Amino acid sequence: MPSTNLTMPSTTLATLQPGEFATIAAIHADKALHQRLLALGFRSGKQVELIRKAIFSGPLQVRIGTTDILLRRSEAAKIMVCKT
Amino acid sequence: MKRIALLGMPNTGKSTLFNRITGGAARVGNWPGITVELLSGKILLGGDMVEIIDLPGIYDLHGFSDDEQVVRHFLHDNVPDLALVILNATQIERQMSLLLQLKQLNMNAVVLLNMADEAKKYGISVDSRKMSELLGMPIFLLSGKYGTGYPEAMQAVTKALRYPTPGMAELLRSQLEQDEHIEAEMARVMKHAVQIPAQLPENLTEKLDHVMLHPWLGLPIFFFIMYLLFQGVFLLGQPLQAGVAEMLTWLREVALEPALSGLPAMLNGLLLDGVYNGVATVAAFVPLIVLFFLFMAMVEDSGYLSRAAFLMDVLMARLGLDGRGFVMLLMGFGCNVPALMGTRVMRSRAMRLLTMLVIPFSLCSARLQVFVFITAALFSPNAAPVVLFSLYLFSFAAAILTALLFKSKFQNSEPFVLELPPYRFPTTRQIVMRGWQEIQHFLRRATKFIIAGVVLVWLLTNLPPSATPASSDTLAGIIGSLLHPIFAPLGINEQLTIALIFGFVAKEIVIGSLAVIYGLSGEALGGALGQQLDWVQGYSFMLFTLIYTPCLSAIATLRSESKNLGYTLFSIGWSLTLAWLASFAFYQGARALGY
Repeated sequence: MPSTNLTMPSTTLATLQPGEFATIAAIHADKALHQRLLALGFRSGKQVELIRKAIFSGPLQVRIGTTDILLRRSEAAKIMVCKT
Repeated sequence: MKRIALLGMPNTGKSTLFNRITGGAARVGNWPGITVELLSGKILLGGDMVEIIDLPGIYDLHGFSDDEQVVRHFLHDNVPDLALVILNATQIERQMSLLLQLKQLNMNAVVLLNMADEAKKYGISVDSRKMSELLGMPIFLLSGKYGTGYPEAMQAVTKALRYPTPGMAELLRSQLEQDEHIEAEMARVMKHAVQIPAQLPENLTEKLDHVMLHPWLGLPIFFFIMYLLFQGVFLLGQPLQAGVAEMLTWLREVALEPALSGLPAMLNGLLLDGVYNGVATVAAFVPLIVLFFLFMAMVEDSGYLSRAAFLMDVLMARLGLDGRGFVMLLMGFGCNVPALMGTRVMRSRAMRLLTMLVIPFSLCSARLQVFVFITAALFSPNAAPVVLFSLYLFSFAAAILTALLFKSKFQNSEPFVLELPPYRFPTTRQIVMRGWQEIQHFLRRATKFIIAGVVLVWLLTNLPPSATPASSDTLAGIIGSLLHPIFAPLGINEQLTIALIFGFVAKEIVIGSLAVIYGLSGEALGGALGQQLDWVQGYSFMLFTLIYTPCLSAIATLRSESKNLGYTLFSIGWSLTLAWLASFAFYQGARALGY
């Protein structure tokens, strides 16, 4: 269920650089994708680290806890984060 | 002091609830029978002080993960007066099993269905009274987050504590002891007989990924690994196949021919030249196929395929597919059928259909047999592996071309989100199991298609009885000459045409039927092909074999997975068209260049 964090300026997961950490503020995805992201551990308040980006605007590798996840930039753009 | 144990699966909000019950006043403590520390808190309940212990979340009371053993040992050595079972109401169908296991232990229990608020949002409704009746346990819906349902639940807990189940402790202990026997037995067997895949320490996975997923080197490394894999299969497998073929020919000469010499000529021919030659030629490929699957199993189980999805996703996105589609293509190198079924993970029907349209171009292990045989017969030992690799490239090219041509018909916006597992070493056991499965799979196909196929080929090439076997007067000769105008521009002769017709059923039959048609097997067949065909004709034949429909099983799978006959027919029609065009372009092009 999307929730927004109004106290901090937020950006999207897609704009992070490799090695940067951020906290998930909100997920603006349709129900099916939202479910899938939840199942993989994407939740508001969780910390994510961007591990690497593939060339030619390819997918991203992010880490939540001990789980590594691949996702496209278009999907990552739906995840609002606050850099930490 | 009475004791309440908090039990449940992971992620059920158990700890949140524990904090709520104890008001945050918890301490860490050691308990008899277990080596880990557990959180516990004391609260006043119905006038008495009661201790609540938060046990680790478990999936299975009789399981043998560390946490499951901790819970069992705790219960055995510190039998609680009441088990407070927390289930996640949104996953009730998955979590019910744990509840039933606890019920079997006859424990005094109160059940809390947590996250009732979330369950409601998902449209899950639970009739807690009905469920209480059915299970014979008090069950309460509550929301640990909002606190609703909490007071009623605590009342029930207070009540249940007052009426302990008589004899519970002894019963519980004796039941848990059965699991302890299993534990001890398991530890003994594991120690002596089982290896568990060693998960690489994280920093090693990271170091490997640093190279394997390198922005510029990642893809070249990927193709190099694939090249090595196919080279390895050919270089190790081809001599193995030739050796087994020789052995089977020898067996025919020393044992079968004398044994069957008393039979009538027709039956003798059917059994020896038909069934035995055909099946033996195919059976000679078993070691090669096993080897191929062993290599594939190593790549699949290592976690590298997800890396390939990461590397290839950009390219696949251009084709209207995604990284998973690429992994399916690679899986298709083994067998197209499971790869087609694997597309079930895609939610978008358009993307699924497009992926299923390209998978049949994956050079599966059955086609590999044809190519290994023909390349060994027509090319020098140095050139053969390179020729084989070029066919893999054509396999990709056919898939890419198909996706490019038809992606606009199958537009989709399927999200691409995938878990990346750490690298793992597959255990010897995994690899051996996989090899064994493939042998079984081959034998099933052999009994289903190959024997019937080669018998039919033999009949076609020997009927009517008046005709000289394999001549143009036989049924096969007539069919071949009917189709000759279609295949002649591809450099494919009448014998090869017959083999292609049977290849429609299963590619394993192609070489088997050539063996029957030429009445030769193994090396002798290779020699005959080498004399009759030049490399351009052979390559054109291989291109056609590569691109036209994989086999009947794959077609049946396409039909059942797409649930659409029109789509299935389209897939068959397109692959036949593309096969003809590719072979035509290759054959005529090569001839025009003077080869």
